[in-house]
Amino acid sequence: MQVTRRQALGLSAGAAAFMAFAPAFADEAATEKMLKEFTGGKSPGSGKISLKAPEIAENGNTVPITVSVESDMTESSYVESVTLLADGNPNPGVATFHFSPMSGEASATTRMRLAGTQNVIAVAKMNDGSVFMDKKQVKVTIGGCGG
Amino acid sequence: MAAPKPRVKVPKSASAGEVITIKTLISHKMESGQRKDKQGNVIPRKIINKFTCEFEGKPVFSCDLEPAISANPYFEFNAKVMESGTFKFTWVDDSGDVYTHEQGIEVK
Repeated sequence: MQVTRRQALGLSAGAAAFMAFAPAFADEAATEKMLKEFTGGKSPGSGKISLKAPEIAENGNTVPITVSVESDMTESSYVESVTLLADGNPNPGVATFHFSPMSGEASATTRMRLAGTQNVIAVAKMNDGSVFMDKKQVKVTIGGCGG
Repeated sequence: MAAPKPRVKVPKSASAGEVITIKTLISHKMESGQRKDKQGNVIPRKIINKFTCEFEGKPVFSCDLEPAISANPYFEFNAKVMESGTFKFTWVDDSGDVYTHEQGIEVK
């Protein structure tokens, strides 16, 4: 196929527009840093926490996400907070939930934006300082951080 | 834009010690600060950055929100109720605006 001058111009203009609008996405280092800040340098254990997210999200603008942590939620043993991170968004931070013994159950649901296919990470911090982590990959058909 | 309108679902009654589920939604654009208008200028960020739920002045659940939370932020969480009282829900905007809602529960 021969490329006409008009087509060539259109193509390069399109490419330029794409470059200009492609946002700077969070890299793994930024996610890692936020994770460290939350855990205070401790390496998180697995189990106890479970993250529920769709395997494939058609619309990245509203992805339902549920996080629950096994705990008695008593004055002596409860989940202090849970943070959600997305390693492929412009900023890795999503939300931090704070629970109290009055929560009864350490579980919360919300809806989040995902710019593209990426990992969603949930980290729970207990009142005794121990941390637990869960990770899920979510495939996104249409990204949710429109430029 | 119309003023954000909170919608909250709390059971009308519960038995003492029961763990109830609360659902909240507030209409808000959650402008992420990532989008650009037609002239290519960045639309400034305007999101709800804090949500709290209190029962008779004691904290039950709260959340720090980032721009990655969808428009019309929705939360579903639990609370353990021991006696009748009022839940107070608060949403805080980047602009400093505060939206509140109160709902009572009867414990038998």
